[in-house]
Amino acid sequence: MRGADELRRAAEFVVVPALALAISAAIFSAILLAMGQSPAAFFQLLWRGAFGTAFSWQNTLQRAAPLILTALCVALPARAGLMIIGGEGAFVMGGLAAATAALPLLGWAPAPLVLLLMAIAGTAAGALWIGLVGVLRHRRGVNETIASLLLAYIAVAVLSFLVEGPLRDPASPNKPSTHPIGAETMLGPIPGTSVHWGLVAGLIACLAAHVLISRTTTGFAIRIAGGNPHAALGQGLPVGRLLVLCCLLAGAAAGLAGFFDVATVHGAANVSLVAGYGFTGILVSFLARHNALAIPPVAILFGGLSAAGGLIQRRLGLPDATVALLEGVIFVTLLTSETLYGRFAIFQPRGARQRP
Amino acid sequence: MTDAGLFAVLVAMVAGAIRVSTPFLFVSLGECLTEKSGRVNLGLEGTLVLGAMVAFAVSYHSGNPWLGVAAAAAAGFALGALHGAICRLPRVNDVAIGIAMMSFGTGLAVFLGKPYIQPTAPRLPSLPLGDWLGIPSLALALDVSPLFLLGIALAFLLDWAFRNTRAGLVVRVTGDDAAAARALGIAVDRVRLVATALGGASAGIGGAFLSLFYPGSWNEGLSSGQGLMAVALVIFARWQPRRCLAASLLFGAAGALGPALQSIGITAGYYFFNAAPYILTLLVMAGTGSASRAARHAPGELSITR
Repeated sequence: MRGADELRRAAEFVVVPALALAISAAIFSAILLAMGQSPAAFFQLLWRGAFGTAFSWQNTLQRAAPLILTALCVALPARAGLMIIGGEGAFVMGGLAAATAALPLLGWAPAPLVLLLMAIAGTAAGALWIGLVGVLRHRRGVNETIASLLLAYIAVAVLSFLVEGPLRDPASPNKPSTHPIGAETMLGPIPGTSVHWGLVAGLIACLAAHVLISRTTTGFAIRIAGGNPHAALGQGLPVGRLLVLCCLLAGAAAGLAGFFDVATVHGAANVSLVAGYGFTGILVSFLARHNALAIPPVAILFGGLSAAGGLIQRRLGLPDATVALLEGVIFVTLLTSETLYGRFAIFQPRGARQRP
Repeated sequence: MTDAGLFAVLVAMVAGAIRVSTPFLFVSLGECLTEKSGRVNLGLEGTLVLGAMVAFAVSYHSGNPWLGVAAAAAAGFALGALHGAICRLPRVNDVAIGIAMMSFGTGLAVFLGKPYIQPTAPRLPSLPLGDWLGIPSLALALDVSPLFLLGIALAFLLDWAFRNTRAGLVVRVTGDDAAAARALGIAVDRVRLVATALGGASAGIGGAFLSLFYPGSWNEGLSSGQGLMAVALVIFARWQPRRCLAASLLFGAAGALGPALQSIGITAGYYFFNAAPYILTLLVMAGTGSASRAARHAPGELSITR
């Protein structure tokens, strides 16, 4: 009956989140009714704005792409037992490094070469930023959660300092930015769509992370280190090195997201990089239970919510924060639903149940 | 730099330390209480913003800013209680819930606060403590809010309560060793629930300061991360309420240094003064930590210092 047991377990991972989503919808409907709005109209528009048309699908995927990569920045260290909440910092540093790396090349180097070097610079900057968190943790026992949070703020300060000072393009009076990389250098969308290549990079990165964690010896060692560091040390595993490796890869993912934001959306580094992708990524990773393959669907769900925001605001006259509130409600209920796992006998494998 | 310039910078720093530090103070005292009980609440940023909105709305409708402060404390208490109630469930991660609550609190505040961006509400009065000096700039700097004095009193009260009262001891035992607390017959979950709710109430008052005193209006970008910063500040203060006061003043002064230097023409490095508290905290953590043991002085049950 092994197949049936696996089906029961898998069903739990579908039923519990679905229940939580239904509860969020109920809570939010109550809020809407209290404001004299129709929940039916709201959810219909939400669906249309998120997944109803080809245009909204593209908008959704566009917004999901950075979330996939910043969620990986949380998921990889989480498998090694570290809780990194500073992906925002790696994202910002990645974008800043990418925009800066392009500066000496503009005007003479071919666009693909510029983009390649930008991607390398962005990825490396992100990796070093979170890698520093791993080193501080390993060498000095500094808590990684707080260190990464502090470094996120420091990254924003570095960005503000550089774009308003040494790296400022004089032609950007209103919104201080670095010198734009130019439309001819910017990375175009995936042919036939308006979605940028960050989505493809995110999906590949998730697949690679899954293979690394689930199918390799290193991944196995990472999971042991995350499950029980003392046992891992007892087995002679290089726990510190594994932690730093996870941090480097995590930062690389967020830095890559920063590169795509500069190379496809902004064309320069400025404070628009600080858009909270890093923080939403934390919640995406938690909701995906730090499982790399579950990250893309969760990211697409939240990409859809934010994509529908504009339509809802225009049609229903609700404040633009409506979707932010809905997201907050969903985050809280979904994370709370974690407690329901293992509570229902129907999802337990037969062998694990007590026989009468 | 001339003497007059130096004086202006010093006065601006004193003024900044007093003004900017008050929300830091309330949020960090709340976080300190919560962390002493062994739980971390990263959602105080959301509590701060919601407190600011509620305080402004109530003050606007009732005409009494003190009712606004009370309402902000109540809203913070409710958010804190929700956080505490969720975190007592098994297998729920308090760091993740904190970030979700931050997003929920901010979303709720911005959603409900839309109509209050334009109007002006009655603000809290200020106490002119510096008028007798006869120096206008200094008098302006010492024009303090009663909430600032309340915060100082709260810091000393908390410090005294942790040392000398039964309730303080119960909170400390719960935070240091849940198993020992249970053996003493302490209801660990309930202590943490109450500590988190009271911590939220304190953060709510910090929000009321933002919308009713300085800057003294409500808008969506009111908080510049003071709520999240408080978590770092408590670590910087080694979990002691009186040091939270000192650290809040220091962080406030550091934040005021940039604008003060800018006002006399020194603009370089502006952002690094803003980032100074973060860099300092990181250096302190790296300097006092070691590879083999967790942070000293930290409550033993705290997830973020293991």
